[in-house]
Amino acid sequence: VVRAGVTRDPIDSAELLSAVGGDHDGAVILFLGTVRDHNDGRNVRGVHYEAYEQMAEEVLAHIAGEAASELRGGSVAVVHRVGELAIGEVSVGVAVSSPHRAEAYQASRYVIEEIKKRLPVWKQERYLDGDQRWLSGHDPHPQADTARRGEGEAA
Amino acid sequence: MLVRTLFFAAYRDLLGVSQLDVDVAEGSTVSQLVAELRGRGGGFQSLPPRPAVAVNRTYSLHDARLAAGDEVAFIPPVAGG
Repeated sequence: VVRAGVTRDPIDSAELLSAVGGDHDGAVILFLGTVRDHNDGRNVRGVHYEAYEQMAEEVLAHIAGEAASELRGGSVAVVHRVGELAIGEVSVGVAVSSPHRAEAYQASRYVIEEIKKRLPVWKQERYLDGDQRWLSGHDPHPQADTARRGEGEAA
Repeated sequence: MLVRTLFFAAYRDLLGVSQLDVDVAEGSTVSQLVAELRGRGGGFQSLPPRPAVAVNRTYSLHDARLAAGDEVAFIPPVAGG
């Protein structure tokens, strides 16, 4: 891992890419999550991202560390943005380098999927018609994968 | 003993508050804290009975015991990326 963090500033993908990679690496992958202009059939004009910032930084570091430990060399850099984002802006960037491409693709995918599952970040879509709503995402409850789940989960 | 509760995103909008110090009995568990808050009525009653919770920035089980000064964050379903 070379970097994991949350930022209020626009994500510089070139800079993120330059943070990974070295003489032993034969592959470098960049994944960018961007704000799209539609969701669930509605026209989106922007997205507000909020984070439990201190915890999010720690969780991002854990996720990146888990991904990097599978790389056998190489490195991982990940940054998530918070604040008001316009259509097309980058909300999350993941750069991975490794000696071979298969591990790099795998690590890149792992980081973004784990972000979706457990990073304490929330997304409020703002629609063209003036409405807005918090998206219902993934419940990161530690009991979600065990038999103890089931009582009164419907909120 | 006092614990500090944090509310984010949809929960904050529901309650109109982002941070609240709550007085609970010594040795209280997360689920007892949740029950105490939901018992306050109003928006609190609309919190889910078993919300995801992080204690001192680590996701926690509901039977975990709390200590004075713990930071207990109520975590709505996450939607990063």
